[in-house]
Amino acid sequence: MLIDRRLGIFLAGLFVLVVVVPAGNLWLAGQPVPTYLVALIGKYLCYALLAVALDLVWGFCGILSLGHGAFFALGGYAMGMYLMREIGDRGVYANPTLPDFMVFIGWKQLPWYWWGFDHFWFAASMVLLVPGALAFVFGWFTFRSRVAGVYLSIITQAMTYALMLAFFRNEMGFGGNNGLTDFKDVLGYDLGGGGTKVGLMVLSAVALAAGLLLARAITVSRLGKVLVCLRDAESRTRFLGYRVEHYKLFIFTVSAMMAGVAGALYVPQVGIINPSEFSPANSIEIVIWVALGGRGTLVGAALGAILVALAKTLLTGWLPEVWLFALGAMFVLVTIGLPTGVLGALEGGLARTRRAPEPAEREA
Amino acid sequence: MRFLLRAALVLLALVGGTAAGAADFGALVAALPAGSYSDRAKVVDDLAQSGDPRALAVLNALAADDLKVMPDGTVVIVDDKGAAKAAVDGTDKGTPAADQLDRVKVNNAVRRAVRTAIGVLTLRDPDPAKRLAAAREALRAADPDQIDAVDSALAAETDPAVKALLAEARAAAVLKSDAPAADQLAAIKLLAARGDDAAIAALAPLAGAQNPEIAQAVKSALASIAETQRLWGLAQNVWFGLSLGSVLLLAAVGLAITFGVMGVINMAHGELVMLGAYSTFAVQQVIRLHAPGLFDWSLVIAAPVAFVVAGAVGVAIERGIVRHLYGRPLETLLATWGVSLILQQAVRTIFGPDNREVGNPGWMSGAFTLGQLQITWNRLWILIFALAVFAVLLAVLKRTPIGLQMRAVTQNRAMAANMGIRTGRVDALTFGLGAGIAGLAGVALSQIDNVSPNLGQGYIVDSFMVVVFGGAGNIWGTLAGAFSLGVANKFLEPFAGAVLGKILILVGIILFIQKRPRGLFAVKGRSVEA
Repeated sequence: MLIDRRLGIFLAGLFVLVVVVPAGNLWLAGQPVPTYLVALIGKYLCYALLAVALDLVWGFCGILSLGHGAFFALGGYAMGMYLMREIGDRGVYANPTLPDFMVFIGWKQLPWYWWGFDHFWFAASMVLLVPGALAFVFGWFTFRSRVAGVYLSIITQAMTYALMLAFFRNEMGFGGNNGLTDFKDVLGYDLGGGGTKVGLMVLSAVALAAGLLLARAITVSRLGKVLVCLRDAESRTRFLGYRVEHYKLFIFTVSAMMAGVAGALYVPQVGIINPSEFSPANSIEIVIWVALGGRGTLVGAALGAILVALAKTLLTGWLPEVWLFALGAMFVLVTIGLPTGVLGALEGGLARTRRAPEPAEREA
Repeated sequence: MRFLLRAALVLLALVGGTAAGAADFGALVAALPAGSYSDRAKVVDDLAQSGDPRALAVLNALAADDLKVMPDGTVVIVDDKGAAKAAVDGTDKGTPAADQLDRVKVNNAVRRAVRTAIGVLTLRDPDPAKRLAAAREALRAADPDQIDAVDSALAAETDPAVKALLAEARAAAVLKSDAPAADQLAAIKLLAARGDDAAIAALAPLAGAQNPEIAQAVKSALASIAETQRLWGLAQNVWFGLSLGSVLLLAAVGLAITFGVMGVINMAHGELVMLGAYSTFAVQQVIRLHAPGLFDWSLVIAAPVAFVVAGAVGVAIERGIVRHLYGRPLETLLATWGVSLILQQAVRTIFGPDNREVGNPGWMSGAFTLGQLQITWNRLWILIFALAVFAVLLAVLKRTPIGLQMRAVTQNRAMAANMGIRTGRVDALTFGLGAGIAGLAGVALSQIDNVSPNLGQGYIVDSFMVVVFGGAGNIWGTLAGAFSLGVANKFLEPFAGAVLGKILILVGIILFIQKRPRGLFAVKGRSVEA
């Protein structure tokens, strides 16, 4: 079944959010939902999509990627480059052809890899293609030579670390340390306007729903069964005649593209993309979202992302020094005490109180 | 030196009946205020040539504008209290009023002459270090007028290092003079053997010499110097690489135990290094407050403290967390990452977020030169320390009962347990050993890196790369991995820049792992896949 109860409830909740938030922000008197909250919710939804992408590879294929932040950031940079081009001559230096930071470091012409980002369609396809291509090439080499387990995790971490170092360099032409920022509008809509923010948030929600449905469709298909199979017994799957590396490569690439979309939606909502998005710490934080929510449940991953991001927003606001303690404790306690995540524990609890077998639980 | 001079003076006195040298010196000093600036410069040169021990004081006074003339024409040196002493024989002349004294004026040409003259005189200083500095200055100045002075100094010189340098200084001066071609060729040969920037500076102007033989000789000398410098540059890169490699080795060798031998991914490894660095800081604080005299020993005291602190935290991590997660490496990775966050924040809360000042003891600071290599003591000590830690670790693993048990447990846990080894205790000790070594690394790194709560973060990716590159489970592989990565990094840096070099190394390792997923020195055998 494509939409089980768990996914149904989540999608319904998402639908309510899509109706209530815009209404509260744009149409109701007194604006009960302030605009900053809209942007915040939009940001959480992007995180949720990113978590779903990671859950797809980690939960269903056993690939613990510590570099998913890189795909997210690459998607973000692709969108950021389009937004930079949208600024046109409204930058500080009012240069009609070059973004501000290039004028600042004395470049005379636009480097070739910026060509085409004036067009939204081009940028949008790059959002998918760049992370996808990186994941494909990286996965092609890695899976073919059967690098797995912690070795894979560590080299994915090295990958995002290398990218971070690279993007920090001014000569790369992506704004160096400061990244891309000062965006004005997207597709002609003013990014500062409340309407645009609501639109982006709704888009993020739609993307999350689409991502969940796609991931669910993959995992319930025959292909999804093979994925779970190779997660649990890779050698046996290979001996049964499946080309394990092809399955892994497929799911890794799809997941990277999904992460890229999340990044692309994230950037216009927060208004900046810089190399710190590539930092290994960011990528590993994604893992805790999935682990907390419930690995291999998709919906749980999305929930986990929202819960942790919410906790981060609240705690860093109230007690900044406590946040890292809380995050660290979360890592330790969830891995030791809550292997099925919050969702697994909740559903397990529900099942026990009803004393009825829960078929959906075994599926994960 | 002094003895020789004195002997010479005595000889002069005996031969001439009157102290001819002293009279000359007196005449020269008396001549100083007279005439034009160029006359004065000439007198200064003569003073230097006289080699009289009193000349140095006179020239120093002249350079400092302290050389004055009394109304009666006596040249005096005035000290900063205004007391005047005769320049020739040092007799006290009281404290004359300032307006009674005439300054012996100097211009830039005279100052230059004075500086050279002081250099020539210092060539006969009793202190070899001062003579060496003077000889180096003479080499740089390469003044043909000094050849005689250098020659006489050379004849009297006993210290071989100073002697060699003086010969080179003489050669440089000869090149500037109009000495016969044979002398010049010899000089070129001598300088070519020196083979550094000073030699190039002395030789380069002669590349277009009229005498084709000399021009040819200079050209080939310059080429050979360029070759020498390239080799030294290579050696410099190797040294920097070894130094970086030793840092990597220190950071990674603890990981080689926990990850390589035990198979536990410990993401908090970097934070254990950081704890070691903060232990050093704490020990130094205590020493500063209570026993400042022990400061030079602070690192020696800090090492065991850091080992115990980091080791204890390591044992706690193993007993509290890792123990529950054996066989689940990915979960271990996440849980230890959580520990690393907690440790970072704990240190930030206790010590504050800023960098902490860890001092270098005397024996760690400064540098020495080896040929054209500049080697800093702290880097050298860290290299030695890293190798020592490695050797001790190897000895513990291979030669002690506990090392035997560690290897037994990691190779076959069930069998080891059957043989009566308490595997749980051995696990804790092994993890504690790896953690303690991370603490030792922290002591060393506190000397060259900023001690901040983020210290460990910078090393975690690198040290995993080293262990993976060298091959998990193989301590020697870690050694080879650390040094080859360090050297490769330093050789890439001149071409690619520091950041791009590092990126290239990372990409290189990622590609390398594709080819050899088990690292440079893979453990072979049945236990590998387990």
